[in-house]
Amino acid sequence: MSAASVPSRTRTAEPAVIPGPNAPARSSHTGGRASSDRRGRRPPSPKVPWRKALRRDWALYVMALVPVAFLLLFRYVPMLGNVIAFRRFRPGGSIFGDEWVGLRYVEMFVSDPNFWMVFRNTAILGFLTLLVCFPLPIVLALMLNEVRTRAFKRTVQSISYLPHFLSVVIVVGMAMQLLSLQGTVNQVIESFGGEAVAFLQRAEWFRTVYVGSEVWQTLGWGTILYLAALTTVDASLYEAARIDGANRWRQTWHVTLPGIRPTMVTLLILNIGLFLNVGFEKVLLLYNPLTYSTADVISTYLYRVGLVANNFSYATAIGLFQAVIGLAMILAANLVSRRAVGASLW
Amino acid sequence: MVTQSALTKTTLGTRSGRPVGPRDTRGYRVFTWVNGTLLVLLCAAMLYPFVTVLAQSFSSAGAVKAGLVNLWPVGFNLDTYGAVIQNSHFWSSYRNTVVYTLVGTAIAMALTTPYAYVLAKQHLRGRTVLIGIAVATMFFNGGLIPNYVLISTLGMTNTMWALVLPGAISVFNLLVMKSFFENLPRELEEAAQIDGLGWFGIFGRIVLPLSKAVVATMVLFYSVAIWNDWFPAFLYLDKQELFPVTLFLRNLIAGASSAASEGAAAAGSTTEAISANIQAVTMVLTLVPILCVYPFVQRYFVSGVMLGSVKG
Repeated sequence: MSAASVPSRTRTAEPAVIPGPNAPARSSHTGGRASSDRRGRRPPSPKVPWRKALRRDWALYVMALVPVAFLLLFRYVPMLGNVIAFRRFRPGGSIFGDEWVGLRYVEMFVSDPNFWMVFRNTAILGFLTLLVCFPLPIVLALMLNEVRTRAFKRTVQSISYLPHFLSVVIVVGMAMQLLSLQGTVNQVIESFGGEAVAFLQRAEWFRTVYVGSEVWQTLGWGTILYLAALTTVDASLYEAARIDGANRWRQTWHVTLPGIRPTMVTLLILNIGLFLNVGFEKVLLLYNPLTYSTADVISTYLYRVGLVANNFSYATAIGLFQAVIGLAMILAANLVSRRAVGASLW
Repeated sequence: MVTQSALTKTTLGTRSGRPVGPRDTRGYRVFTWVNGTLLVLLCAAMLYPFVTVLAQSFSSAGAVKAGLVNLWPVGFNLDTYGAVIQNSHFWSSYRNTVVYTLVGTAIAMALTTPYAYVLAKQHLRGRTVLIGIAVATMFFNGGLIPNYVLISTLGMTNTMWALVLPGAISVFNLLVMKSFFENLPRELEEAAQIDGLGWFGIFGRIVLPLSKAVVATMVLFYSVAIWNDWFPAFLYLDKQELFPVTLFLRNLIAGASSAASEGAAAAGSTTEAISANIQAVTMVLTLVPILCVYPFVQRYFVSGVMLGSVKG
């Protein structure tokens, strides 16, 4: 089938929307528009005109129809729903709000001292999590890489992956039991002659508790990509390093680490891009009014403002602000990644 | 265990670690021991919370309250299990979780599988747009309030649909599946096409039977996620008879729910002490299904992550 045959111009242009299943499929080609499209692009995989694509692949478009409709309803409608950050919203009214109020809600949170407190908390918590949870899996992966007994290595892997599969509710439940006044941690403290600490009621401990539980849950799972990268390190490089007189440690430093550097950089950049997305659900379960001063983050604050105090528009404005910053950060991270290591995240 | 996929083999270490030189120094032998010891300690730290919760679930309420239970049950008994199992709210929430998991997974698979298959068809006109529609949602989402407003406008609050529908397409899972379909040998499909099979026929009769592994992986991904989920339930449900077990457990832990006090009353002891026990038992019962499937599914998850990282 030659896609580049002379078009029979029965119609001038096909609409450039995603076609439905029951579009007409009578004449063989309508090439005019499609070919001009084609000229604009770089080495073109010969593009089929819409009409022909529809006739041949209508069943594929039908298959995609329901999932796409689903995404439009459950993902894109809420995206547009963010417009209530700039409109007055009446519960029970239109989900896109009633009337424009301009930047009123944005001004509201910019001048809200609570907002800046939770913003700061979010940044600190995100930064600490990144600082601790990013390097540890690398260390663990390197340690596992030195293990020679296969069964032992696999056992360690299986055990350390396990917490990843737990519901955050269970993780928090376990953390609360371990950290309670009679819990194991306090027993250890007391056996060393210390005073029991009510970890979950003390604002100055919240960050430690949060980051600690994150480490417990993500440490093992985080090694997977590094372990995979480690298997790709060329064994002959070790050979060469050994001949050059490098000991085990220097081999790790000069062969292993450079071997997994692309993975490290990519994951680091991705994590930096995501660092404002602290674990909303975990914070929500772990915090209480006594620890708000360090524990309250943007997402929990907007949850309380929006759904507990029913200020929908105000909370949406805060959420939109966070989402926009998050998007900007991930795009910036990708840009840096492309410039620095030539690897794009997508 | 069952046969390993090639992908998992590399991750779980065929030859284990890096090559060993002919002469290892004494320093390295010491290192090996230290390394091994540290890893054993790490495993102990990973397992400790599980062991404690298990021990507490079998212990007497008084012993738990006094903080006597660490690694081994003190005052061994099954009363707490009895109390929890007789609690009708626990059972209804457990049953709800099973139903939500089954229905949610079925819906998610019904949407994800055909979509992934379509996205894997490189010749398809408009494919980039179809991929973009999905991928864009990874970078920007509606946020809490607009989602809440949508779900309540659709009248889905206090129904199962609020839990099983909104999360039905995970873009990560979608991309994993897509890259699997892209790697299927094209000749089979072409042969079927020549034999006059349409896309539906090819998908249903050729592709799906070849994709049991990835379908199984995705079923597990989705079902574990839904089993563990609690926040949508917390947000959209306020009828106790609809709660999933994670929300039941959350309310126990928050200590604020009527379920907690009812549980305490059932066991006839002080709220605080019994609730620590009841929490432990509920945690164990919520965990058991995950722990049971874990040894068999772990490798699927690992290969899923690997596939996902290869990205479309």
